[in-house]
Amino acid sequence: MAQRIDCKDVNIYYGSFKAVEDVSMIIEARSVTAFIGPSGCGKSTVLRTLNRMHEVIPGGRVEGTVELNGRNLYDSGVDPVVVRRTIGMVFQRPNPFPTMSIFDNVAAGLRLNGERNKKRLTESVEKSLRGANLWGEVKDRLAKPGAGLSGGQQQRLCIARAIAVEPQVLLMDEPCSALDPISTLAIEDLIQELKENYTIVIVTHNMQQAARVSDRTGFFNLQATGKPGHLIEMDDTTKIFSNPNEKATEDYISGRFG
Amino acid sequence: MSTIASTDSSSRPLSRGGGPQGLATRRVLTNQIVTVLVWLAFLIAVIPLAWILWTVLSKGLHLLLSVDWWTKSQAGITPRKEGGGAYHAIVGTLLMSFVTLIISTPLAVFTAIYLVEYGRGRFARLVSFMVDILTGVPSIVAALFLYAVWITTLGQEREGFSVSLALVLLMLPVVVRSTEEMLKLVPNELREASYALGVPKWKTIARIVLPTAASGIITGILLGLARVMGETAPLIILAPYTTFINFNLFSGPMAALPTMIYTNFGNDVEPAIERMWASALTLILIVLLLNLAGRFVARFSAVSR
Repeated sequence: MAQRIDCKDVNIYYGSFKAVEDVSMIIEARSVTAFIGPSGCGKSTVLRTLNRMHEVIPGGRVEGTVELNGRNLYDSGVDPVVVRRTIGMVFQRPNPFPTMSIFDNVAAGLRLNGERNKKRLTESVEKSLRGANLWGEVKDRLAKPGAGLSGGQQQRLCIARAIAVEPQVLLMDEPCSALDPISTLAIEDLIQELKENYTIVIVTHNMQQAARVSDRTGFFNLQATGKPGHLIEMDDTTKIFSNPNEKATEDYISGRFG
Repeated sequence: MSTIASTDSSSRPLSRGGGPQGLATRRVLTNQIVTVLVWLAFLIAVIPLAWILWTVLSKGLHLLLSVDWWTKSQAGITPRKEGGGAYHAIVGTLLMSFVTLIISTPLAVFTAIYLVEYGRGRFARLVSFMVDILTGVPSIVAALFLYAVWITTLGQEREGFSVSLALVLLMLPVVVRSTEEMLKLVPNELREASYALGVPKWKTIARIVLPTAASGIITGILLGLARVMGETAPLIILAPYTTFINFNLFSGPMAALPTMIYTNFGNDVEPAIERMWASALTLILIVLLLNLAGRFVARFSAVSR
């Protein structure tokens, strides 16, 4: 079910401002790809173009092609809603639906897309919660509000919610930045398990995290504030962290940045 | 906030070395003066409120304690005669308000959804501007407008329904604005979370945004209704007072509590004046109940927790 993504000559705009310029890369299936780089370099923006979430922002616009298994997501005939069903997303801050119970949160994606069958929903909720390593902690209180969980549990709930619709790719936008080290570890372990079945792209500010969880790493940078961000290089994580091709990457990774 | 506090505490020790005592006393003194001022303002604001409540309760309560007040109309009761009740006016007020509620709620909520979720560009700004203008329309102007359109142009009669239409004009901008505020309070992250699950925008609004904001929206609607319930100008212009019970919004004069107050005020004799205070108290009670209901809804389906 996991599929690879090809980006070619992608330019991303906010209104007339070009935020990211000329990104071409390949994201391999069944692997974890990390985006690193300084704040404002456009790595989250690139992530959001992969499932057409960028255009939700007023003025958001994308040029170039993003192909999922050879099919361009930005073709005029492609419905962004369908794209997002195929490419799920987990956000920086845990955002469970506050009106819904734990069960309803995980079932939300299926339910809102028309699934009514009680049995199938129950099975999917259990499978997804197990998949997100949360089942053991919440199985006795599925009817309680999702907002009552701790931050780390809420984030795993959001991961469960995202994988419940069985996407092929899972995008994670700094999923651990609001969490403590123990919850972070839980999520990182989970990412390792999830990559068996999903293509995972993770944006992180934490370079140790990128080194720990990812197979490939892309380094983004920008010349100066107000200039568009670029993909400086993308390679195997071990290569990026030991012997990168570009000087800028080495400077950033070794902390000699700016 | 925190940055200000930290620069404060880092610079303070320097000045504290010079004259720590003087600074502290001055701050304590300022604090006390402001506290006293705030309490004073609060008391001055409360005095008229307590006064109104006391006047209305002391002069009107005894009539409300009789069953007749809630079950009988004023049919056949002259100003000098005691007895009868406010049933006809209560029914009128509730009927007209109910129809106002039914018409204005969907209009206002959909307008607010358009403005917050869809509205971009000139048309949205125009709609928003029109809502602002509507907010500023005095109730008597709304009543005259309805008279001109409904009665003069369309040839309808003065009836309860025309009052409801005038009240809709008055309630609409209030509810649009309060609903807008509530929708804006729903974090964008929830909308994005829903989009990221492949849920279309309309469904995101219907199933995620509206339920999240529901309690606030309902509170706004109830408070808006409570506000227009006491409007008198549309009643005077569009619904002649009657002492009889009328359930028909589309025909004949219909009593309401504000016009009952007004009519009894005009009859300057004791039993009528008593009825005036009693109907005022009844109106206050109904509005108060609506307010309480609004707060109850806000508390018990509170999503923000």
